[in-house]
Amino acid sequence: MTEALVEMKNISHSFGRAGVLHDVSLTINPGSYTVLLGPSGSGKTTLLSILGGFLVPRKGSVLIRGQNCTAMPPARRPTATVFQDYALFPHMSVGNNVGFGLRMKGVIKKERDRLAHEALLIVGLSEAFRKKPHQLSGGQRQRVALARALVIKPAVLLLDEPLGALDLKLRRQMQDELKTIQKQVGTAFVHVTHDQEEAMALADHCVVMNQGRIEDEGPPERVYARPATRFTAAFMGESTLIPGEVASVTGNAILVNTAFGSFPLIAAADQGAQVTLAIRPEHLRLIRDSRSVTFGSAQVTAVIFQGSFKRVLAESASRVGFMFIARIPAEHDVAVGDTVTPCCHIEDLIMLAK
Amino acid sequence: MRGFMRLFSVSYALAVYGFIFLPVVVLVVFSLQSTAFPIPPFTGPSSRWYEAVLNDPRLIAALLNSLAVATVSSITAVALGFLSAWGFARFALPGSAFLRALITLPLTVSYLIIGMGLLVIFNMAGLPKNLFAAGIGHVVINLPLCFAIIYSQMGDHQINIERAARDLGATEWKVLLLVTLPMMWPAIFASLFLSMTFSWDEFVISFLLTRFDTTLPVEIWNLLRSGLNPKTNAVGSLVFAVSVVFAIILELILLRRRPA
Repeated sequence: MTEALVEMKNISHSFGRAGVLHDVSLTINPGSYTVLLGPSGSGKTTLLSILGGFLVPRKGSVLIRGQNCTAMPPARRPTATVFQDYALFPHMSVGNNVGFGLRMKGVIKKERDRLAHEALLIVGLSEAFRKKPHQLSGGQRQRVALARALVIKPAVLLLDEPLGALDLKLRRQMQDELKTIQKQVGTAFVHVTHDQEEAMALADHCVVMNQGRIEDEGPPERVYARPATRFTAAFMGESTLIPGEVASVTGNAILVNTAFGSFPLIAAADQGAQVTLAIRPEHLRLIRDSRSVTFGSAQVTAVIFQGSFKRVLAESASRVGFMFIARIPAEHDVAVGDTVTPCCHIEDLIMLAK
Repeated sequence: MRGFMRLFSVSYALAVYGFIFLPVVVLVVFSLQSTAFPIPPFTGPSSRWYEAVLNDPRLIAALLNSLAVATVSSITAVALGFLSAWGFARFALPGSAFLRALITLPLTVSYLIIGMGLLVIFNMAGLPKNLFAAGIGHVVINLPLCFAIIYSQMGDHQINIERAARDLGATEWKVLLLVTLPMMWPAIFASLFLSMTFSWDEFVISFLLTRFDTTLPVEIWNLLRSGLNPKTNAVGSLVFAVSVVFAIILELILLRRRPA
């Protein structure tokens, strides 16, 4: 286990009377790509501002490389921020924008031009050195902002919804580049977004936030496949949610009673607890095999063709209004009105305690 | 009917522009008079009266005084206006709206009242009547204007740009000098030239607050007291020409901004 690069301990903050962060603790490892994911108002941007030094939290502390930075102004912290609106200096050339941080450190002109060139090379924009920001496209400005932050070699690079202003195609392309650049320079990145696809594509460590608290954190694969809470499960993508109650506990095995029968699971829960069983749409099948557990029968109400797969909605025959959501290969024949048998493998049932 | 409307609107426009520009045209035309009285018939053109103006040491001294007062007072007004606009735009101050209203209030007070007020205060403070006092008066009338222009151009989108500079290690002074000031250049230039135009033309305050050395409008007033003379037309035309130059520079700055 490497020593933590950043430790945010028990951070609480409020704007006026409205609490925006409640006792949040977060650890960031060197060289990691951390994504703070959550809906607007979840406190993710506030947490990033506290890490960048633009806000001093009401409670808690921020340690960077073991040094207490809680009240240290942004100018003196080893962090650099890429702002959502890029915040380039409109009156300076791209080269001078990128060299600004070095100029503040007293690096001589020749040396900072060389380093600025290098940083622009990393982001693939070395030909724009003499241009002004208004001559660049949105994606190019984004790269300049990234180069400007990278060139001062921060301990942590903070990105505040950096791809929010770009169109979808460019956003996906910039995602790939961000990840590549991060691996190349080895700096720890902390990235704020509300787009779960972006989070999964980029993160080594995915932090899901809601209402000023961390709901779940971990590798994106784990957060997606085994979300800790109902909110996380819903936010990371749609799923079929079956309410149930824990009937018995035997060692680390439990039995959950639901309207579709009882299911044995390996999970920790108290007897009598109200739980939810979630099934990701790619795990829900419409044709049973020998390993499947089934949920009665259902009638297909909608089939949505989405290119590589079909999204199928089916209403339960036994419980009116209950919808199963499945994602099946595009070549499978399913039509509205068909009767199907929703089922899944027992290990794909996710138990959500809250 | 349409022809009548057209005729009416054309003559209306001619009347409006006539009222505005006819006095100036008359002033300029009779400044080229070759005889001793600026009244018809026109006897010129001749540069006789311009030579008289340029050979009059008192008028030339007054002209230089005016330029000096306009330059120094405008730079002071712009600097103070910029700093107060920055303070109001970037920091949460108690009673901000009230204080902003208070700082722009002198725009609505007549120059005569401001001049008399300053005269009384300078008297009590033992400050003599001179060009420096007139300069202070011009700062008082131009500061609210500079503040209003610069404050209106300080948008929220610049806050993040200043933040970025701080994030990259800039101290507060460097943020101001290297980022905020250059971003605000158009508004700063516009308010500078507007202030210079107003200071250059200003009469009442200069008249009340100066004694021996004085500004050009006051000197022209002194000339007028000894009767009409094409020399007053010539010096008036010169004042007008300088104002036109200021106005053109101002327009160029404002026009150049628009495409960006």
